[in-house]
Amino acid sequence: MAEAHTPPYRLIGGRIPYIEGPLKVTGRAEYTDDIRRPGQLVARLLRSPWPHARLRSIDVSRAKAMPGVAAVMTGEKYPTPFGVLPITHDETAIAVGKVRYIGDIVAAVAAVDEATADRALRAIVVDVEPLPEYTDPRTGTEKVAEPIHARGLNGTNIQKEVVQHFGDVDAAFAKAHASVRVRGNFAGVTHAFTEPMATIAEATPDGRLTVWSATQVPHYLHRALSEVLGIPMHRIRVIKPEVGGGFGGKSDPLPHEIICAALSIETGRPVKLLFDREDVFVTNHGRHPTQNDVRIAVDRDGKILAYDIEALIDGGAWSSFGTVTTYYNGVLSMGPYRVPNFRYRGRRVYTTKPPSGAMRAHGGTNIRYSVELALDDLAERLQIDPFDLRERNALPPHSTTVNQFRITSTSFVKCLHAARERSGWDAKFRQLPYGKGVGLGCGFYISGSNSPIHFTPKMPQCTVHLKADMDGGIAVHCMQADIGQGSNTLLAMIVAEVVGVDLDRLHVVRVDSDVSPVDIGSYSSRVTFMMGNAARQAAESLRDQLVRAAGRITGYPPEKLEVGHEKISVRHRPDVSVSYLEALHGAMERTGALLATGAYTSPPMGGDFKGARAGTAPAYSFAAYVAQVDVDVETGIYRVEKVWAAFDCGRALNRLAVEGQIEGSIHMGLGQLMGEAMNYRGSRLMNPSLLEYKIPMPQQMPEVECLLVGDDDPEGPFGGKEAGEGPLIATLPAAGNALYDAVGVRFHDLPITPEKVVRGIELRHQAGRPWKGDG
Amino acid sequence: MSSRPMARIRINGSAVEVACAPERILLDLLREDLNLTGTKRGCDLGTCGCCTVWLDGRPVLSCLMLARLADGHEVTTIEGVTPANGLSSVQKAFVELGATQCGFCTPGFVMTATALLRDRPGATREEIERAISGNLCRCTGFLKIVDAIQAAAKEPA
Repeated sequence: MAEAHTPPYRLIGGRIPYIEGPLKVTGRAEYTDDIRRPGQLVARLLRSPWPHARLRSIDVSRAKAMPGVAAVMTGEKYPTPFGVLPITHDETAIAVGKVRYIGDIVAAVAAVDEATADRALRAIVVDVEPLPEYTDPRTGTEKVAEPIHARGLNGTNIQKEVVQHFGDVDAAFAKAHASVRVRGNFAGVTHAFTEPMATIAEATPDGRLTVWSATQVPHYLHRALSEVLGIPMHRIRVIKPEVGGGFGGKSDPLPHEIICAALSIETGRPVKLLFDREDVFVTNHGRHPTQNDVRIAVDRDGKILAYDIEALIDGGAWSSFGTVTTYYNGVLSMGPYRVPNFRYRGRRVYTTKPPSGAMRAHGGTNIRYSVELALDDLAERLQIDPFDLRERNALPPHSTTVNQFRITSTSFVKCLHAARERSGWDAKFRQLPYGKGVGLGCGFYISGSNSPIHFTPKMPQCTVHLKADMDGGIAVHCMQADIGQGSNTLLAMIVAEVVGVDLDRLHVVRVDSDVSPVDIGSYSSRVTFMMGNAARQAAESLRDQLVRAAGRITGYPPEKLEVGHEKISVRHRPDVSVSYLEALHGAMERTGALLATGAYTSPPMGGDFKGARAGTAPAYSFAAYVAQVDVDVETGIYRVEKVWAAFDCGRALNRLAVEGQIEGSIHMGLGQLMGEAMNYRGSRLMNPSLLEYKIPMPQQMPEVECLLVGDDDPEGPFGGKEAGEGPLIATLPAAGNALYDAVGVRFHDLPITPEKVVRGIELRHQAGRPWKGDG
Repeated sequence: MSSRPMARIRINGSAVEVACAPERILLDLLREDLNLTGTKRGCDLGTCGCCTVWLDGRPVLSCLMLARLADGHEVTTIEGVTPANGLSSVQKAFVELGATQCGFCTPGFVMTATALLRDRPGATREEIERAISGNLCRCTGFLKIVDAIQAAAKEPA
C-alpha cells in the first residue's frame, strides 16, 4: 500500500502539549471524586489498629441499626482471595480470620453521609487475639510461631525465594584481579501521588455494575471485581476517569475498589469511597525496604567477570507484585553491562507492615544504586575513569545476556559520551574543591514486560480501535491508562501522523470497558511501545482505506498515491489530490463509518528455566547521568546542583513529555536519595502525611539537561521506547557517587540525611583518610 | 438542618447565600455544596496545596479554613480565574510548556501563580519557587512549572 513512513515526521518527535491540558489547567478535567451519582452513599472503612491479630468476633449490630446506615460489611461476605498476580492470591477485600498490618480493613460501612458512616464505624465492636508482630524480615526467614500467611515457605514468613546461577561465579571470583562488596540498606518509599484513591460503584437493576476508579490498570481491576464478586466480566463496566498520578500505587486491584462495588450491590445505590491521605499512606504498595549484599569481580582492565548478589526484601503484609520484585532485584542489576557470570539469591519476606509493591522503576532502583556504587569503587581501585569502566562493559546492540534477555537497540555508549562531554566531566572529576563533586550513575529498564500476567502471550497486550465518521473526526478507543504521562496525546499523535490529519480531529475516548478494547494498563513502562505499535497498525489500516478511496476518485492506483497533510496526492503530481474529507466520504460509500483495528503482541522470548520470563521485554531503555553536588561539610546539608541526563528511549516521540518524565523522575529519585522514607516504629508507620514524608521542594530541584541521544529501536513505534521509569534509576547512584567525589565517603544506605553525611565525614577523619585536601 | 446559619460569600464575582454548619470546611462547601469541583482535595491537612483558592484575592488553603470565616468576603476559585473563552496567560503557558502532567495539582498552582504575577509581575525564579513551595507536584519536578510561570510573566494577562 502507501509507502512506509520515514522522517521527517509532522508530529512525531515534536514538542506536543497534552491534548487534555486545557481541561487540567481550568479544573475541568474530571477525576473520580468529581463525579456525583444521584442518591449516592458514602463508604468508610474500619481499619485495624493491631499489627497482627486473630479476629475472634466482630459485632456490627449497633452500627447496622443506626439511622442513615445502609450497609455494614465484614470479610465473610466476599472471602474469595485475589491479588494482582494470579500465582499469589493472598488478599481478601475485607480481612477474613485475621488482620496483618495496622491499617488492614476490618469492616466497611455505607451511609448517607460521612459523619454517619464514621459514627457507625465507631459503633463496631471487634474482639481480637493479638498475634506476634514481625517487623524484621530477617526474623521471618526462620520458622516463626505464627506465620503471617499460611503460604509462607515451610512455616516461615518467606513469600518468595529466587535462586539463580548462570556461569560459574566462584571460579570467576577466584581468578579476579579485584572485587568489591557493597552492602546497602534501603528504607521504603511511597508514590505520594496527589490524587488520593477514589472509587464510585453503581449496581443497577439490569444486573450490571459500573465502577469508576482512580486506577492505572483498569483491566486488572475488571478481572478482580469479577473474580471476587462472582459477576461475569461482561456485566461489569469499568471506567477510568482522569487519574491524578499513580507511579505504580494504583496498579494493583485494591480492596477498597471491590468493597465499594460490594456495598453498591448490597444497597442497590451508588456508593462513593474516597481515601484520606492517611489511607493512601497505609495502603502503600511503594518501593520495598531492601537489604542488598552485592559482590562484583573484575579483571585487570575493569571488565566485569561476575556478580554475586543477595537481597532481603521486606514485603509487608501482602504479596502484591512481590514475586516480580524478587526477580527484578536480581535480573535488572546486569544491563547495561555484559555480566558473564551471575548468581542471585533474593528473598521477599512478609512482615506486619503496610504492603510494598510496584513503584516507578520497580525492582530496578535499589539494586542499581548498590551496583553503581560498587563499580565506582572498582574504577577507583583500578585507576580507571568511571566512564571508561562502563564503556568497556557495555552490552552491544543485538546481543543476549547471560540470563537470555534479548537486547536489540542500545545507545548506551552514546549516552556515556553525551553525559561525559556535556557535563565537562574530564575537567571536574576529582578536581573540584573539597565539598563539591560529580558522579556518574547508569541505568537500564524494561520497555514493557513481555508477560501479560493473566492470559496467554499469544493474545495481544494492547488493541486499538479507530472509528472515522462523516464529521471527519477520528475516535480512538483503547484501555491504556493515561495517568499523566501523556499516553492519550501520544495515541492521538501516532494516529494523526499516519493518517495525515490535524491533531484536533482525534478524540481519545475515555477508558470504558464497554467500548475500549483491552490494553493491560500503565505499568512496566509498556504503553509507549505496545500501545504505540497497536495504534500505528490501526492507523495504517484506516489510512489504507482512505488511500484506496482516493485511488477510485483520482483513477490512480493506490501505490502511486501518498498521504500528505489533510490530503492524499499522486506522487510527483502534486496538482492531483483529494482532501482527507473527500477520501473519507468516498471510502464510506455503502459501508458507513470506517473502522480500523490494530494490536500488539510481544514476540516470544526468554530462556527455558524457572523464572526465565521475568524481566524479558521487547526493548530496554538505557541511561547515563552525571550529577554535580555541593555539600556543606559542617552541617551535612547538600544540594544536587545539576543533572546531565543522557537517556536512550529510542526516538523521543514527544520531547515535551519525555523531558517531563525525566525531570519528574529525577525529582522522585532525589526524594528517595535525600530524605523520603517510610519510618516505622515496630509495625507502625510514623509519618503518614505529606508534612512528615519529606518530598523535595522546588528549591531543592537541580537544573536538568536532557540529552536524548537514542537511535531508533527496530521494533518500537517510530523507533520509540519507554521513558517513564528508566529515567529515575540513574539519578540516585549519580548523586551518590557525586557525594563520594565531594567528601570522600561512600553512602551505601538510603536515604542520605545530613546527619549521615556529617557522621560519614567524621568516620573518615577517624580512619585517617584525607580527601581532596581535607585531613 | 434548617437551623444551620447562612453564609453570604461572593464567589467568583456572584453573591451566594448558602447554609453553612459552623464546622463546615470551605473546601467541602465549594466542592460538595456548590459543585465547584475544579478545586481539588489532596490531603485535608494543608500539606499539598491542591485546594488553593483566593480569599479577597490572597491564596489560602481551603481545606484548612472554616467556610463561615469567608462570610462577607470574596472567594475566587479556579473557575473564577478561567476566562469565559480560552485560557489565561498562566493557563496557556502551563499547557504549552508541559507544566501539567496528571493535572491534579494544577488548579492550585494556577491560583498561586496567578496571584503572584498579579502582585509581582516581574517575579524572579527564586520568588516563583518560594511562592509555589506550598504546592506539591509529584509529576513534573517543578521545573516546567517554574518555566511556565516565568513565561506567563512576560505575556500580557
